[in-house]
Amino acid sequence: MQSFEYANPTTVQEAVGLLGAKWGQADVLAGGTDLISLMKEHLHTPKRVVNIKNIKELEGIQKTADGLRIGALVTMDELAKNADVKAGYKSLADAAAGIPSPQIRHMGTVGGDLCQRPRCWYYRQGMGLLAMKDGKSLIPEGENKYHSIFGDGPAYFVSASSLGPALIALGAKVKLVSAKGPREVLVAKFFVAPKDEASREIVLQPNEILTEIIVPAATVRSSTYEVRQKEALDWPLASASVVLTMNGNTVTAAKVVLGHVAPTPWESTQAEAALKGKTITAATAEAAGKAAVQGAKPLSQNAYKVTLAKVAVKRALLEAAKAKG
Amino acid sequence: MANTPDYTYPPMDKRKVIGKSPKRLDGPAKASGRARYSSDLKPPDMLFGAYLVSPHAHARVTSIDTSDAEKMAGVKSVHVAATPGTEINWQGWEVAGVAATTEEIAREATRKIKVEYEVLPHLVNEADLSKAGTRAKQGGERVVGDPDKAFQDADAVSEGQYGIPVVYHCCLEPHGQVIQWKPGADADGKSDQINVWPSTQNVPGYAGTLSQNLKVPATNIKVKMDYIGGGFGSKFTPDAWAIVGANLSKKAGGRPVKLYLERAPELMIAGNRPSAYAKIKLGGKKDGTITAWQTESWGTGGFQPVNPPAQPYTYTNVPNIREVRTTVSVNAGPQRAWRAPGNQQASYLTCCAIEDFAAKIGMDPLEVFKANAQYAARSGAADTYRYQLDKAGELAEWKKLWHPRGQSGSGTVKRGMGIAIGSWNGNGHASQCRTVINPDGSVSVEIGTQDLGTGTRTIITQVAAETLGLQMGQVKLVIGNNDLPPDGGSGGSTTVGGVSTSTRKAATNALMKLFEACAPALGAQSEQLEAVDAHIRVKGSPNKSITWQAACRKLGTTSISEMGAHNGQAIPGLVTGGAAGVQIADLSVDTETGIVKMNRYVAVADCGMVINPRLAESQVYGAVIMGISTALYEERIIDSQTGKTLNPDMEFYKLAGIGDIGNIVVHMDIREENDKRGVIGLGEPPAVPICAAVANAVANALGVRVPRIPMTPAHVLDTLEGRNA
Repeated sequence: MQSFEYANPTTVQEAVGLLGAKWGQADVLAGGTDLISLMKEHLHTPKRVVNIKNIKELEGIQKTADGLRIGALVTMDELAKNADVKAGYKSLADAAAGIPSPQIRHMGTVGGDLCQRPRCWYYRQGMGLLAMKDGKSLIPEGENKYHSIFGDGPAYFVSASSLGPALIALGAKVKLVSAKGPREVLVAKFFVAPKDEASREIVLQPNEILTEIIVPAATVRSSTYEVRQKEALDWPLASASVVLTMNGNTVTAAKVVLGHVAPTPWESTQAEAALKGKTITAATAEAAGKAAVQGAKPLSQNAYKVTLAKVAVKRALLEAAKAKG
Repeated sequence: MANTPDYTYPPMDKRKVIGKSPKRLDGPAKASGRARYSSDLKPPDMLFGAYLVSPHAHARVTSIDTSDAEKMAGVKSVHVAATPGTEINWQGWEVAGVAATTEEIAREATRKIKVEYEVLPHLVNEADLSKAGTRAKQGGERVVGDPDKAFQDADAVSEGQYGIPVVYHCCLEPHGQVIQWKPGADADGKSDQINVWPSTQNVPGYAGTLSQNLKVPATNIKVKMDYIGGGFGSKFTPDAWAIVGANLSKKAGGRPVKLYLERAPELMIAGNRPSAYAKIKLGGKKDGTITAWQTESWGTGGFQPVNPPAQPYTYTNVPNIREVRTTVSVNAGPQRAWRAPGNQQASYLTCCAIEDFAAKIGMDPLEVFKANAQYAARSGAADTYRYQLDKAGELAEWKKLWHPRGQSGSGTVKRGMGIAIGSWNGNGHASQCRTVINPDGSVSVEIGTQDLGTGTRTIITQVAAETLGLQMGQVKLVIGNNDLPPDGGSGGSTTVGGVSTSTRKAATNALMKLFEACAPALGAQSEQLEAVDAHIRVKGSPNKSITWQAACRKLGTTSISEMGAHNGQAIPGLVTGGAAGVQIADLSVDTETGIVKMNRYVAVADCGMVINPRLAESQVYGAVIMGISTALYEERIIDSQTGKTLNPDMEFYKLAGIGDIGNIVVHMDIREENDKRGVIGLGEPPAVPICAAVANAVANALGVRVPRIPMTPAHVLDTLEGRNA
């Protein structure tokens, strides 16, 4: 780990003043479950680390008439256990509870979940975010069993966020604050597929801090289903978050967002269309799963993930149809 | 003493300490954190070492400049291991080391060493033999009997392809040592002194090897290790990092240097289990008897050639065999013994092929394994296998739960049962023990062995206490340094047989001396005495008795110090080799996700005379957990394009958690006929059949063979969806 200056601000105002104009100048430390390993591997070598854990205004979950406001420092464990989240936003509670490591659930924060770097093993082994060699990505011809099945490159990593798909399906926004003031961005627009090595996979700027997640109030049925091989300490191979607006047993509107299958969470408008006006049955759920993977472009080793994505959608829908929240 | 003492153990029903299950003696120290592993040590003035390794799989060092590192404040020494011209044959190859006052400075300094490489072409993967080119070396064909005729005459012929990848040992305590090389520090004022606290499976043999490398007399090398955090076959010799560490210490004026590998080099260079792939054809009769066997196999153990294991395994006496084995040299870290080296691969290939044959002839595979037990090479093993196959079947409810392949119902989740066998020698190694009985009644037992966490401390103490008629708490045990009577390295499951035999002999010899000292007081000949319940008494006259303390006072001022030696040869009743095991996996496969979940795992193991059934069972539990992890998750991944290892970590080198293991049922095959064979090692045999049993259970559940271990969603779904090339 490279030596760094350590800053301990107690307000957002103070914290944003400590950030840099460019990536590499400063990194924000919350739970540290990702940043510390990035620094140990010299993938991040910030000159300054800005610890935001002493900023009280970033804590807590508030229920308002407009919905939920979730502070960036809320841990995954708090989110999974919060009564309001469980009652109204089951898919979000599912996504947080699904993180199969008590350590990460207790240390990792919701802000960190959205801002963590990809787990792509080419990136983590120092070959760059896009793993480019001689102008070409190593991934399509390489070891790609955990990589993307959607998108056209040149990014083939998968978004590591557990909450991203659920938040997008719920229509959530994030609040990003810089010294110039706050801005709100739909989570659906927060994740981007980088086109070059200098870009990031989120729209957060180096001088901004993600301070809050705003989830709109809604009466919906929702669920998140993750396919994970191991019981503990494992990343999902694919996941799906679904949100259903129902009229009786009929779906009037659906949101279907896949996780861990593309450089961003992947919303499937085909699956959403396939569900509109339907009741959720094994057959309609299966059909929606098939629709969700219609445009999939698996790489040499990950065709199995197409099946997993399809099954995740089906199972999330069947679970959501049963659920109240 | 006129007669050779009788070293045989008392009959099973007369034993007071052996055969009982006291808890392991070092359990509380380990559980509480009081146990100090070598990597926990921090002797005064210790420096931290860091290691610079090659990022390339194949390259030549053209230049190396350490000047910036040497200039850093806190850096005390730098040692170059790969001088210009050195050809590097795998990623992680040691290039240089730095010793500094803090770990952070040492690591930072390694980043300041400038190395230039000429990058050379590499081959890092062997699964596709057609891409190996000249790196593949085919061995000669081995033919037994007349395989062509036997295949022609066979009632049925089955064929299959199987693969088992390179996996790591993944010791929780990485490889390394604290080492101190003090020039001219010996008492003679001239020769050097070396103190080393390694993480090793071979305390007694460590100094000899280090001496050859460093040209310091072995007698001047003091080796000490109390606890080790896992070895599994990978920690036998002072490695390159011991040599680098020693040189760093010498260059730093003799300050101790701690040099332990970080996780990535630990996985890349500190050993692995070779891969094995094979195309196997079997011919046989409708009654399940195999008559013909043909194997074409290949695999890699790294850069140096290592042949895949011979087929068939355990059932080696199949009458007609044709076999060709090919080794592939790859630019990846070297293999080391991995808990029954060669045997998991051998069992996997053989037992999967037998299961496929059973499916081909529509017969219950348990019956097919029984029908071929006659081919087991070891004398007497056939009956053991037949017995254990039935026993395992009973414990796994085989008759109720097994179904013909693929007949696992219409649900999404399919249950399957798979069976496999293993074998291992496990003969005790040469060992020497000293037993000291003092006039105050205190007793010490001294052996230059090590306890890998297997319970060696506990079983030595049990044997001594049993022999001397004492409680375990009355025996003080000293192990773990090379001043003690020499034992062997703990490998090949040879420790328990070696140390139990030398201890039994030393304690018996010491007791004979004690009998001689107190015989006059009891009015008897020493041959008439026995030691029971901390008393010395006349056999057949329990009233003629004195306490242990009173007996020892008869020694006056002179302690008894007696040796016992075991030369490594089997001694009926005391120690031997040859263990068998049968295991059954009961699991469920989600056919939509390809995820395999263990329901129950049955392991039947025999290991001759069992000194401590609880510790023996613990060995089996540990082996099964380790094996299930390899069967479901573990696989080294190297990128063919760059030659770089992609999962040298514990995130994508996936290891099972306890929630993934299911219920383990262990049955130690403790019967008088096994007991009378003597002590046999157990560390390795139960680790053998697991990949095979799991793979067979998956085939049974799905109705189709998934050809590659580990049983991941990728491999399972690729098979179900017809994507296997």
